[in-house]
Amino acid sequence: MLLHDTALVYGRYLRQSLRSRFGLLFGVLMPLLYLVFFGPLLTGLPLGGRGSSWQLLVPGLLLQLALFGASFAGFSVIVENGQGVIERMRVTPVSRLALLLGRVLRDATLFVFQAVLLVLAAVVMGLRAPLPGVLVGFAFVAVLTVALASLSYALAMKVRTPQEFGPTINALTMPSMLLSGLMLPMTLGPAWLDVLSRLMPLRHLVDAVRDAYTGAYATAHMLYGSLVAVAFAALAVTVGTRVFRTAGA
Amino acid sequence: MAIISTAGLARTFETKRGPVQAVRGIDLTVREGEILGFLGPNGAGKTTTLRMLTTLLAPTGGAATVAGHDLARDPAGVRRACGYVAQSGGVDGQITVREELVTQGRLYRLPRARAAERAEELARDLDLTGLLDRRCAALSGGQRRRLDIAMALTHRPKLLFLDEPTTGLDPGSRAGLWDLVRRLRDEHGTTVFLTTHYLDEADALSDRLVVVDRGVVVADGTPSALKREHGGSADASLQDTFLAITGRGTAPADPTPVAV
Ligand SMILES: Nc1ncnc2c1ncn2[C@@H]1O[C@H](COP(=O)(O)OP(=O)(O)O)[C@@H](O)[C@H]1O
Ligand SMILES: [Mg+2]
Repeated sequence: MLLHDTALVYGRYLRQSLRSRFGLLFGVLMPLLYLVFFGPLLTGLPLGGRGSSWQLLVPGLLLQLALFGASFAGFSVIVENGQGVIERMRVTPVSRLALLLGRVLRDATLFVFQAVLLVLAAVVMGLRAPLPGVLVGFAFVAVLTVALASLSYALAMKVRTPQEFGPTINALTMPSMLLSGLMLPMTLGPAWLDVLSRLMPLRHLVDAVRDAYTGAYATAHMLYGSLVAVAFAALAVTVGTRVFRTAGA
Repeated sequence: MAIISTAGLARTFETKRGPVQAVRGIDLTVREGEILGFLGPNGAGKTTTLRMLTTLLAPTGGAATVAGHDLARDPAGVRRACGYVAQSGGVDGQITVREELVTQGRLYRLPRARAAERAEELARDLDLTGLLDRRCAALSGGQRRRLDIAMALTHRPKLLFLDEPTTGLDPGSRAGLWDLVRRLRDEHGTTVFLTTHYLDEADALSDRLVVVDRGVVVADGTPSALKREHGGSADASLQDTFLAITGRGTAPADPTPVAV
């Protein structure tokens, strides 16, 4: 039943995404701007990585895409709460976990699709990276999306108004982006910043994807990155499910 | 036969400004096949009671049995047996009527083909046939209400909860909705539990009234019994009766619809 219900909820929200071509592409816009207008600034700089500057930047932009896209996913739940759609579904026998999973899997699909577009654009700009590494990158985008979207939906069920939701998400995403070294590797900075950034889960994900983009898969970064990503997603889905189960208070 | 019985059903919300006792303790029974009017002023706790009875909200006190299922122990059984239309409805304006009806059928675990058939049947029953391929946002208030009810009837529930079903409707749509409610009960034996703050609606539609105020039941009986008991005579207006029960001020010189 969980599978049936998840597929059903997934289908509903995927169709919703497909109806809006704007929504389908909107998420790629910001990373694409960084790619085109910021990426070329890095090509001649000594960044300390093993590959080209594109192999450093593109993994960061992929996770940025997931970070901003998935963190704001909860907005749709605020709208649906206002319309009564969520309560209408919650009086049916549908699995509460499916109400969450169907949505976050839709988000994962959407952002992986956008990530593919971004990588294609990056190839045009000059990115060269091994295919398995690129696929690993998409997997990280998917897992990060599942984690952040779950938390975003959970928050949206709690706060109920866009006025509370938007600023909260903004206050969390901006420092996350800066502190995890999505744009430039943190190893370039002073030691205190590097240490601080290791406390951010996202830092470990971006390190792992950067390794993958240079074809290095059996590294400590990859191990930590995978563990952090999976643990974060498991925790987030647990929190999300709990909120969806008991929602209404 | 009681289809709903509650004992001391209560809900307190914890808010930043301290606890809010939305429902203090509701004791009531609803008989199978009856149209029950759950009447009370705004903020009396009607919606909160409905949300508890439909498993949307966990009670903080008391117990209830709904359609033979214990609310706390068997919420899934309660969900299979009842339909609920929230005051705000519950459809996405961007989606077509057909898609919403089919999805609802699938949420009630109907196979795909059956869900599509059921959508057609419901559209026929609720006079929505020509509207199936319209987006929900393009429906009038009355059509929208019929769609909300169609959604709630997908699984042919024995028990239907309607939260202020006619608030905001024009008089013609209101009359249509009253007929629909009566037809559901007469043709299918559906028990209808509806909240309203329109006294004329409660009077015209309900077999029995339960009046709530500040989270407790303050009166319970047929409209005429309540009028005799609290209003002085069987010819008393429900408005005077209501004021006698809730002890609120004097009758407002407000024209119809009579709202409290
Ligand atoms: N989620 C909630 N959090 C805090 N207070 C609530 C919540 N829902 C309802 N209330 C309060 O509970 C009381 C009863 O509300 P409600 O059941 O909606 O009344 P009615 O439907 O009779 O107008 C009101 O004072 C309302 O403000
Ligand atoms: Mg209400």
